Amino acid sequence: MGKFGFSVMETRTVNFGELDNRLLGYVLENEASFLTCISCGGCTATCSAGNLIDFNVRKINLFLRRCDIESLAREIDKCMLCGKCTLVCPRDINIRNVVMLIKKGIVKFRNE
Amino acid sequence: MNKLLPEIFIWPFIIGLAYFSIIVLYRFVRWTLGLSKIDKIRIWKGLRSRKTLDSAIEAFREGLLHRKIFRTNPVLGYMHMSLAFGWFLLIVFGHFEAVAYKGSLSFPVYLPIFFRFFVDGIETYPFMHFFASLMDLLLLFVLSGVSLAYYKRFNKKLFGMKKATRLKSGDRIALTALWLIFPLRLLAESFSAGQLKNGGIITQPLGNLFSLFVPLELTTPVTWLAYSFALGFFFVSLPNSRYMHIPAEVFFIFLRNYSVRLKKRVNTYSLVQVFSCSRCGICLDTCQLNLANIHTQSVYVLKNIRNKNLTDEVLFNCLLCGKCQQVCPVGIELIDLRITQRIESTLQYNSSYSYLAGGEVKQADVVYFAGCMTHLTPSIKKSMLQIFAYSGVDYWFMDEHKAPCCGRPLMQAGQYDAAAVLIENNQQKILASGAKKLVVSCPICYKVFIEDYNLPDIKVQHHSEYLFELMQMGSLPKRLTSEKSIYHDPCELGRGSGIYDKPRKLLSNYTSLIPIMNEKEKSLCCGGSLSNIKIQMSERDIITNNALDEYLQYSPDSLITSCPLCKKTFARGNKIMVKDISEVVAASIVQKNKSNACADKKVLEQAL
Amino acid sequence: MGKSIVTIGGGIAGIEASGILAELGYAVSVIEKEPDFGGKLKNWDHLFPNMRKAEEIEDYLSRKGKTPGITLFPNTTIASFENIKSGFVLKSNHGVSYSAHAVIVATGFEVFSAERKEEYGYKIYDNVITSADLEKRLKSGTPLTTLAGKTPQRIAFIHCVGSRDAKVGNTYCSKVCCVTGVKQAIEVNKLLPATQIFNFYMDLRMHGLEHEEIYKTAQEKHNIQFIRGRLSEVSENIDHSLLIKAEDTLSGRPLKMNVDLVVLLVGMEPGVGTTAIGKACNIEFNQYGYLKIPDVHLAGNLTSRKGIFVAGSCSCPMSVKDTIEHARSAAFEVHRYLIEN
Repeated sequence: MGKFGFSVMETRTVNFGELDNRLLGYVLENEASFLTCISCGGCTATCSAGNLIDFNVRKINLFLRRCDIESLAREIDKCMLCGKCTLVCPRDINIRNVVMLIKKGIVKFRNE
Repeated sequence: MNKLLPEIFIWPFIIGLAYFSIIVLYRFVRWTLGLSKIDKIRIWKGLRSRKTLDSAIEAFREGLLHRKIFRTNPVLGYMHMSLAFGWFLLIVFGHFEAVAYKGSLSFPVYLPIFFRFFVDGIETYPFMHFFASLMDLLLLFVLSGVSLAYYKRFNKKLFGMKKATRLKSGDRIALTALWLIFPLRLLAESFSAGQLKNGGIITQPLGNLFSLFVPLELTTPVTWLAYSFALGFFFVSLPNSRYMHIPAEVFFIFLRNYSVRLKKRVNTYSLVQVFSCSRCGICLDTCQLNLANIHTQSVYVLKNIRNKNLTDEVLFNCLLCGKCQQVCPVGIELIDLRITQRIESTLQYNSSYSYLAGGEVKQADVVYFAGCMTHLTPSIKKSMLQIFAYSGVDYWFMDEHKAPCCGRPLMQAGQYDAAAVLIENNQQKILASGAKKLVVSCPICYKVFIEDYNLPDIKVQHHSEYLFELMQMGSLPKRLTSEKSIYHDPCELGRGSGIYDKPRKLLSNYTSLIPIMNEKEKSLCCGGSLSNIKIQMSERDIITNNALDEYLQYSPDSLITSCPLCKKTFARGNKIMVKDISEVVAASIVQKNKSNACADKKVLEQAL
Repeated sequence: MGKSIVTIGGGIAGIEASGILAELGYAVSVIEKEPDFGGKLKNWDHLFPNMRKAEEIEDYLSRKGKTPGITLFPNTTIASFENIKSGFVLKSNHGVSYSAHAVIVATGFEVFSAERKEEYGYKIYDNVITSADLEKRLKSGTPLTTLAGKTPQRIAFIHCVGSRDAKVGNTYCSKVCCVTGVKQAIEVNKLLPATQIFNFYMDLRMHGLEHEEIYKTAQEKHNIQFIRGRLSEVSENIDHSLLIKAEDTLSGRPLKMNVDLVVLLVGMEPGVGTTAIGKACNIEFNQYGYLKIPDVHLAGNLTSRKGIFVAGSCSCPMSVKDTIEHARSAAFEVHRYLIEN
């Protein structure tokens, strides 16, 4: 089976009951403005890093809510913290803090 | 010698002094040993140089006279000076008196401290009456400071302060002891004077008065004992209280003059600075976060570092505007200390940016780096391009379409390792362009290009400097309008990079600038600073609106700044027209082109 | 009856409410700061949902304004406002005093100044215009071109400019821009069938019975393309065409597009006039800066002060249709108040 790569199918299903949502809780507890995202994509459009590499800062929200820590760790590494996203967000979300919290949280919960 | 009481009562003082000396000496040694090898060599070389004398003078001036506090507030300065310098003089002249009395340099360490307990008024020694009265006056001088300190706890406004630092238990013991030392000394000396007739112009009349109704036989030894205890308690609690700043500050002054510098990691020099904070609270009042009721000011951060309970919420909730550093009377490097802590806090998760490699490069005389934020203020971008075109500059707009961020926002967040990758990428491209000049529109970028990029033979200029230079060369039109404006100094350009005059001189060709109270070194932060990771937008708005309201008091026609982030932040307040310095210059070019066009038209009409 | 009313604002709401009250026999003075009446209606070309000419409503209103009992005062503003026992005394900038048993505030809205959204380049780049500018151009009948006179090959309509945006302080939805954007896209397509039209939206809020149908028509018959993503910034190319950046959120990828014309669908804001009058009359504002109504269901025309009423978009964003209805209910509330008092 492994030859055909079909075995990855299993992880493609989101199983809400089994998600480890500690990181989500940690981020929301420390940056409540993150709750109000309306997925307008302004952040992704303006993103300095997204200009150079396939990086969608808006999807951080999605990965976090689906507790996809692997994708989150891979993606968050691309952010340059330049602050443009925070400056265009129509909901005034403090995105830079969200990024820093996720970075810290990933290390924190990996070690726990 | 008076034998009323065995000398046992001096022991609280002796024990306290010994404990204090051992702890402080231990710390000095540990701090010195913890420094890097280079710093140790610097100290070794410095010790034998003029720097030692300079340091001693500075320690005298700042540690005892508190010149800088005087400049901030004379009453507060007097309070610190009378306590520190007054006490110092008491000790010095106490020793002179002991020398005069003994006729030699050998006497027990406690003799000058409890002199009037031991020396009878019948005994004679040179300048006896002079010393007695001088010591009285000095004590009075110190007491005036103590009473101001009492008063300060109840009425902060007299000292030009809205806030006083909150006390911890160690501080409280030390403070109480300190407040008691001098009143007790006055009492003890007066009682002794009542018995031994050895007082000066204040203690003798007081002693005579007390002898009428106080049982001096009993009160004298008890009060001297209490005085000794107060001294003992003060010395014991000192190393664990904020009063550790007294020895630490002296040590700090010497290290600083020996060119010891803060590193990107926490080391013992950071600790020396942390311990040098007297928690005077001057940094509290200058901080704009107060407006939003945020209490994360430098004094609290230093305290948290000392108590090992610093949280990210406090550490990252700071605009890094640098106002506190500007007013700190001890000269602590508050911004760098905070950044060092941020580096430590985020050390485990620096990004690698492995995707960054090369990038487009063009050959040009001038590289223009607008900066991320400038892409959100197209008026600045357009103005700069107009000016380049007008003055016929061969330029390369490096980040027109894509370029990594300059790296400074990462550094402000403590991510130095990550920033180094961005810096390396940009640096290579700038060097490869063969340019002689790098013009930057964003002060945040400017600072990192100046301080952290290695760009030999390339002159880095913020666009306000660059435009000033073009103006001096006569490459820009001048057009003075009747407009009255306020120039807002961006933190990173003003306090951060010391550029105050060039933008003003440039602007004076276009508009009349209104002088305002908080400008240059004292300028306000717009509230938009990227350095604060934690602050909420609503809290930023409070700071922004407050600054705008202050500017509006001068009824300007426009507010001019030279930072895209300041512009964007102030524009959000929607209270006044906000312009960048480049727009002001570009407007005159547009105007000139228009008038040229009109002239052309006239010529054409006449020809027809 | 002999009771008198002062209406502040001679736009749609002011004229409609005053007309009805005059028909009921009241003496109504309409104060208007501009030289002519009808408010912003005179700048609009066609009105949704049925694409009727705005002039038809203008004509209706100018007839309404001639109802016996109405006196129109153009070029007039209110300088002071005073409470007396029987009602109010208002003084104009010309020194004229008006006494009123009831006052209607109908000061309307202001179109969001798009310069405040600097990253969109309005008044910086030649070919960035607002929906209000476009409406004027459509009305003037001149060919729709770029500033250089070229027929645009591609136009982008940008929804939610100055609405639903904490960055400019307007967190509410202006309600009319979505449908206006789709309406204008259709109109432009009719004029320039070869031009590609893209509408960039966050959510398309096509409320009401007929608005969804306009949306469907735009898709079916006018080849309008809808992209779900908020514009982040505009930059200008050397040929003065524009490079816009958004995220195509449905595919999850950043999108860059060169267009010849950008139309910003600007939202509504409480006007300077509304703020000034509200302060002069000492009535309360809501958190968005509009005049506050005491009960959203049951007292939509009342203010925090007895005898002062509100009509039209000075209380919240409204379409022309909603404004007329709101004005009529204001007239009814004033009538009931004057009978009872």
